[in-house]
Amino acid sequence: MSADAVRAAFARAREMKAGPDGLNIVLAENSDAEREAGAMTAAEGLGGPLLAQPIAVKDNIATLDIPTTCGSRILEGYVSPYEATVIARLRAAGAVIAFKTNMDEFAMGSSTENSAFGTVHHPLDPSRVPGGSSGGSAAAVAAGMVRIALGSETGGSVRQPAAFCGVVGVKPTYGRVSRYGLVAFASSLDQVGVLGRTVDDAAAALGVIAGRDPLDSTSVDIPVPDYRAASRRSVRGLVIGRPREYFPERLDPGIRARCDAAIDAFRSAGAIVRDVSLPHTDYAVPVYYIIAPAEASSNLARFDGVRYGLRVTGSGLSAMYDATRSRGFGPEVTRRILLGTYVLSAGYYDAYYRRAQRVRALIEQDFRSVFASGVDVLFTPTTPTTAFKIGAVSDPYEMYLNDIFTATANLAGVPAVSVPIGSSQGLPVGGQLIAPHFGEATMFAAAYALEGSLGSASA
Amino acid sequence: MTGHTEAGSYEMVVGLEVHVQLTTATKAFCPCSAAYGAPPNENTCPVCLALPGALPVINAHAVELAARAALALGCTVHGTSIFARKHYFYPDLPKGYQISQYDRPLATGGVLEIGESRIRITRVHLEEDAGKSIHDRYPSASAIDLNRSGVPLLEIVSEPDLRSPSQAGRYLRALREVMLYTGVSDVNMEEGSLRVDANVSARRFGDANLGTKTEVKNLNSFSNVERALASEFERQCAVLSRGQRVEQQTMLWDAARDMVRPARSKEASHDYRYFPEPDLPPLVLTDDWIDRVRGSMPELPAARRARYARDYAVSDGDIDVLVATPVLAEYFEAVAIASGDPKAAANWVTGEVLAERKTAVHAITRASPVSSGDGAAAPGSSFPVPVDRLAELIALIRAGTVSHTAAKAIYAELVRVGGAETAKRVAERLGLQQVGDDAALRAWIDAVWLEHAAEARRFESGEQKLKGVLVGLVMKKSGGRADPRRVNQLLDERAVRG
Repeated sequence: MSADAVRAAFARAREMKAGPDGLNIVLAENSDAEREAGAMTAAEGLGGPLLAQPIAVKDNIATLDIPTTCGSRILEGYVSPYEATVIARLRAAGAVIAFKTNMDEFAMGSSTENSAFGTVHHPLDPSRVPGGSSGGSAAAVAAGMVRIALGSETGGSVRQPAAFCGVVGVKPTYGRVSRYGLVAFASSLDQVGVLGRTVDDAAAALGVIAGRDPLDSTSVDIPVPDYRAASRRSVRGLVIGRPREYFPERLDPGIRARCDAAIDAFRSAGAIVRDVSLPHTDYAVPVYYIIAPAEASSNLARFDGVRYGLRVTGSGLSAMYDATRSRGFGPEVTRRILLGTYVLSAGYYDAYYRRAQRVRALIEQDFRSVFASGVDVLFTPTTPTTAFKIGAVSDPYEMYLNDIFTATANLAGVPAVSVPIGSSQGLPVGGQLIAPHFGEATMFAAAYALEGSLGSASA
Repeated sequence: MTGHTEAGSYEMVVGLEVHVQLTTATKAFCPCSAAYGAPPNENTCPVCLALPGALPVINAHAVELAARAALALGCTVHGTSIFARKHYFYPDLPKGYQISQYDRPLATGGVLEIGESRIRITRVHLEEDAGKSIHDRYPSASAIDLNRSGVPLLEIVSEPDLRSPSQAGRYLRALREVMLYTGVSDVNMEEGSLRVDANVSARRFGDANLGTKTEVKNLNSFSNVERALASEFERQCAVLSRGQRVEQQTMLWDAARDMVRPARSKEASHDYRYFPEPDLPPLVLTDDWIDRVRGSMPELPAARRARYARDYAVSDGDIDVLVATPVLAEYFEAVAIASGDPKAAANWVTGEVLAERKTAVHAITRASPVSSGDGAAAPGSSFPVPVDRLAELIALIRAGTVSHTAAKAIYAELVRVGGAETAKRVAERLGLQQVGDDAALRAWIDAVWLEHAAEARRFESGEQKLKGVLVGLVMKKSGGRADPRRVNQLLDERAVRG
């Protein structure tokens, strides 16, 4: 194997001005990538689609030698002394970590405008956002730098930028992929996700990183199927559910048109389309914005200036904490820490956190019921809009509504994928497929069929 | 002092929260060594340093030890318990939260009997320790040692069933015995493996309602607990007798000043913002597993007390001494069985053996702990004189081969040589075998008769009380080798003859 693919990736990155003065996709490069790719030739027992492939990795996944900043001042320059399980598995499959990609700070955002290191620009229209929080990884794939990138999901952070950028984005079942080395945002929702130029790319990468990890007690010991082979299965007779809550009156007409075309494509391929209901869908965003900040307020407590990262000294311990965390965290992260601290406080816990967990269980039950009723996969739009202009959404709550179709899968723990289904006014549109827990194989089959009939590798 | 007389009309009500460190080889949620005494921050890894992205994995042995302790305390171990995060900011708490258990603890509802009293156990749960802050090492900085971060702890919470400092002390000693017997903790106070917080209140005798309680923290020895309880109770009584109310607050025990002082409000009022730990699934224990732990339970102190009284007819005082230290009890029992003479075994173990052990270098027992629970060494392996040697020595005494006096010298020599020689061989080598041969005994008696003619005469003419003195003199003359029974008989003959 040669280092050609890695060399091409760096050449493409330069051509696209992927650095801070251009699209601002890349936060750090692996200067050793070319040598690593060359060395893969010598290694024994390696093969498969990822051999010597350059990979872009969201900057909240721990890598050796290259910084892991989470897009935050508080971790500026921080280099992890250990690497994430997903990184170790990719490297064992012969892949080469080429880039660390820009992101919303601590994965909190839907536009990558919340990075402490500047906004990422959409590769097709630099005046627009690429979505978020895995905006850098989605843009790296869309820009043609890499075929495969890792992102992370808490409430749609892979699927939404995948939809905006016209690439494939997978959020696996909760527990399918190890979180060891993924810097935690909301532990009960977080999952490492994959962005691919094609369904096949994404299926290949997920096949490599999935599986039980003894270092993550929430990872599940269920065999990992051959996702690439499974994706080739026919969708004839497959029951596709179309949940009415995901097609509201106000849905963007261009997106509705592309979704209708997708439904038609499924029918033509022999699938059965059935209208279904997931009645608790409307509660997903409020529930998400209680549970995710609550867990975030806890997970981000470790960034205290004591052991690593930024420390701003003050007179005494308390002043050091205040100065470090005030200076180190941006406004959105601060907002969510405060929100999360509030909902976990004595006297408010029952009214907010406990109640949100109960509603979350109802949302999960919606999915279990609909899948138990004979539906194999659900089809929905991934996002309510296409990529918006940088700076266009300034109200936090309006920004949160970007997650309206995606947060449900995280709350329920089910797998979902966004697949390009065409464009609206020149901007990519994503269609979402949601499968039962550990039903990724079926999900990939539906995605592959959709890609074959509608999608086209973007850029 | 008026406070003293006032205290007489109030009753002390105390509940204790005890933390003991478990004897696992590794930490609660990562594979780092849990050993005490390593250079600072050596036993650390991404998990216990709380590096970004690291995740906890529960130590199965810690769960087993915790369940064993809970069962030993008569608790119900629950099939499902939940870990929870307890939040507060402090530099030696790397994650900004402690993994503990909150509304679904491992076990609830036990009892610890101390004498006639039954002290109810509210709950037993598993949690992790914090690191250590060191404030006096560097002139203008604090240092943090995270070796202790993540070490597994058991928290044992009692109901407010204790009524006096001494009863609290007895409860703690009984709890310590249970921990030692089950191998759950070595309860080493110097290494901080047992720490106590006390909830204290006072009420008028006969009052059914509980008074307002304070929490006294920072108690790290049994005597500190007793002193702190007395001190805080007296303070509360003084407040109440002035007609004032006790303020609910956290107090810190200042051992140096022998007094409690209120904690600063920051040390006292925490909103810990507990919520279920999302990185760890619920801890599910099957009935089979719990039964297996119950089945592997070693004998507990109370059962051992009863058995020693029944099977060995050992005195209560000796039983207390023996049972307090499991290794001593096990050694005693092995000697009792090997010698067939429990009474002598108890005398030796509570006497010479214990005395020798106390004077011996502390490091001997430290280097070869026997209370390490599973896979412990054979009884007596931490004792210098092997079980069969001491049993042999007891047999030699009973057979009249050596005297008690000589036996002590032989024991001392056995301590010196360890198991290298038999007791008999030592007796021979030192010439300490008892002499029962009448000719030799008479020679010693004659010598005493010459040297102490006046006493000998008075004895011969009927002064029986001088017999003991004369026997002692003969023993001394023989260098401890004379058979005292035969000497007695020979002296009796002389008295009769006279």
